[in-house]
Amino acid sequence: MTTAAEARKNAPLWVRLLLPKDAPLYQRGDAIFGWLLALPALLVLTIFLVIPFLMAFVMSFTNQRLVSPNPTEWVGMRNFERLLTIRAFTLEPERDESGAIVYDDDGSIAYPRLRNFTRKNPDYPELNGLREVTSWQAGENRTVILAADVVFLRALINTLIFAGVIAPLQGGCALLLALLLNQALPYINVFRAIYFAPVVVSMVVVSLLWRFIYDGQNGLLNTMLGIVTFGSFQPVDWLGNPYTAMPALIAMSAWQAVGFHMVIWLSGLQTIPTSLYEAAGLDGAGAWQKFRYVTWPGLRNTAVLVLIVIVIQAMGLFVQVDVMTRGGPLDATQSVVFQAVQRGYDKQDIAEGSAISVVLFVIVLVITIVNRYLTRDKD
Amino acid sequence: MQRIYLLLLLVMLLLPASLASAQTELSLWYHGAGNETERSILIGIIDDFNASQSDYTVLLEEFPQESYNSSIVAAAAAGDLPDIIDVDGPVMPGWAWAGWMSPLNLSEGALDDFLPGAIGEWNGEVYSVGLWDAAVSIYARRSVLEANDIRIPTLEEPWTGEEFDAILETLQATGEFEYAFDPGMAWTGEWYPYAFSPFLQSFGGDMIDRSTYLTAEGALNGDAGLAFGNWWQSLFERGLAPGTSQDGADRETGFIDGKYALQWNGNWAGINTLDAVGDDLLFLPAPDFGSGSTIGAASWQFGISSSSMHKDGASAFIEFAIQDEYLAAFSDGIGLIPATAGSAAMSQHYSDGGALEVYFELSNQQALVRPVTPGYATLALIFEKALADISNGADVQDTLDAAVDEIDADIEDNMGYGFEM
Repeated sequence: MTTAAEARKNAPLWVRLLLPKDAPLYQRGDAIFGWLLALPALLVLTIFLVIPFLMAFVMSFTNQRLVSPNPTEWVGMRNFERLLTIRAFTLEPERDESGAIVYDDDGSIAYPRLRNFTRKNPDYPELNGLREVTSWQAGENRTVILAADVVFLRALINTLIFAGVIAPLQGGCALLLALLLNQALPYINVFRAIYFAPVVVSMVVVSLLWRFIYDGQNGLLNTMLGIVTFGSFQPVDWLGNPYTAMPALIAMSAWQAVGFHMVIWLSGLQTIPTSLYEAAGLDGAGAWQKFRYVTWPGLRNTAVLVLIVIVIQAMGLFVQVDVMTRGGPLDATQSVVFQAVQRGYDKQDIAEGSAISVVLFVIVLVITIVNRYLTRDKD
Repeated sequence: MQRIYLLLLLVMLLLPASLASAQTELSLWYHGAGNETERSILIGIIDDFNASQSDYTVLLEEFPQESYNSSIVAAAAAGDLPDIIDVDGPVMPGWAWAGWMSPLNLSEGALDDFLPGAIGEWNGEVYSVGLWDAAVSIYARRSVLEANDIRIPTLEEPWTGEEFDAILETLQATGEFEYAFDPGMAWTGEWYPYAFSPFLQSFGGDMIDRSTYLTAEGALNGDAGLAFGNWWQSLFERGLAPGTSQDGADRETGFIDGKYALQWNGNWAGINTLDAVGDDLLFLPAPDFGSGSTIGAASWQFGISSSSMHKDGASAFIEFAIQDEYLAAFSDGIGLIPATAGSAAMSQHYSDGGALEVYFELSNQQALVRPVTPGYATLALIFEKALADISNGADVQDTLDAAVDEIDADIEDNMGYGFEM
């Protein structure tokens, strides 16, 4: 009879790699069976996730087109440079012949038009084709932040804002609902089902319905606000106004998926033993103290999960934008994935779309790592 | 026993081949799945063709319009294109450039009577031909114009730009309408370049410099482009037109319901509107902003795939399909403009005294195809975004400049799209 160590030594390499080091070799049958079970899922993941991602990664360094007879060429970092180039530039005020600063009709300092510098000006080759992102006054000069791809930058900022706002909003509302529904009341499951209903409805359908709700003239929201304020409310064109379009998308998205996270919170709540609450009650803890010192610590792992899921879903913001606003008005609702699809598919620039996907992947990866680090078990 | 199986297998393999040698199958992909009338007319043509000769059998496969183009792209990538391709006019150069389509091989003079917009030309060769064209006009009510002492324009003497603008102000000032003019901002996508670039062209600009097709500099962001952009923006600033957040339902029924005084709309909506509004309805030509009135042209057309093994058969089918009686049948069935004068005379709506007769001359005299370049798909999207942004208050010059930069960069990335750089 051979010992386990000898058997391991004689076993083929792949068996040695697959088995945990300390596992006796007679378990290798189990290991093979386990891999067999995982095989279909692995296959699907490889074909539809891993390979496309690797392809996107490779393509992001080429000029690959969707429709083109031209040969594909390596272009190095060009696609990323186009996406991410940002420069600061100082505009000096316009001066008349005596060197005095020229003022506008409304009394503010007049500056030369940016396009004098950014459009084919041989003196400023590094500014060619750049556009203004934002600017501010510093003394008599004006500092302008220029970017090669303003639309992508807007999309990136919008997506981060979307994720940053929706994570606490959706997570918080879901927790509130879960606490309300975590009671032994009659028909409580009916309410749970009602709050969960939007989750099972397709996002496309939800988006179409909310377009009616947000309609600028006679939408449900405007009508209701009009009734509540006895007609003194002026109708707002929610999706047509650059200032309200993004908040409108956030509110609607938070509503749609709140039921999903409510269910996760509920499952978390139900893992907390009631004996802890009883003990806390005996110690004289009030409702808030019970929440603060029993419920919240007990939900720690659930909170991490909910947060990561919401943020990752939020970074993939697409359907709402595609159906409701198509990125407008004035880029107020551009999102990273919408831009990736629009450029890669509609504008047939697969390479650029792939580059955006790679950038998004890196961002989500960083967010997840930071999240894991911040919420790590400190014990 | 095994031998018998082998024999059976051999027979099964050879049987279809031997059948095919008698009659060659030609596949035809069509974008109009879901439209029963359209389908029955097309099936009728195919049956007639199949019965008219014994060499070829055309087999129809239908796709919903939204996924048709992606099906073609996927089929091209897989080397599995049909023999006969259905293609939207402005997209055709892209597919021809990519090498997916072959020029048509029709007999001399087959297209002599055709409306210019129904003929798909690229690189000096005809790649596709349409059984119909589409056109756009201003929908108006005679009673409204007369009540406000507004001259009814004609094809020879359309409203001038200034006149049109003053009319919009007048109509808005009546207070009877939510908006004086509905350009159709709810119809995102191809409607923008198709319906709005003619205004730009009437100002003297264009989406791209058509003399070289290598840049949009000067054409889109020159003085004419700027004048157009400022006028376009002012439509929305002055509250004369509903903006990008227009409700899709309002777009469909707003003119009929009297919310809008004038509407910029296509011939395809003509019959329905006529049923609702009656004889009061007028179809008026586009205003002339200085460089003449133009409207967009080219709709869905038929062409041949380059990978087809039976190009002669495919050409024969297309030549068969473009007979006047079929053009008239499509026109009667789904309201499109028949592509020849002969078929227009046979048709219900476009013959002398027909309800939509005016559209045939509109198409004939004012139609200008959208830029004929493989870069059109991208160009159209950039143009759409620029117009949407301008209507929402973006700086006109900066927006047009940015659009030009993006168009030029795309052309450069594609090494001129086949034009001499």
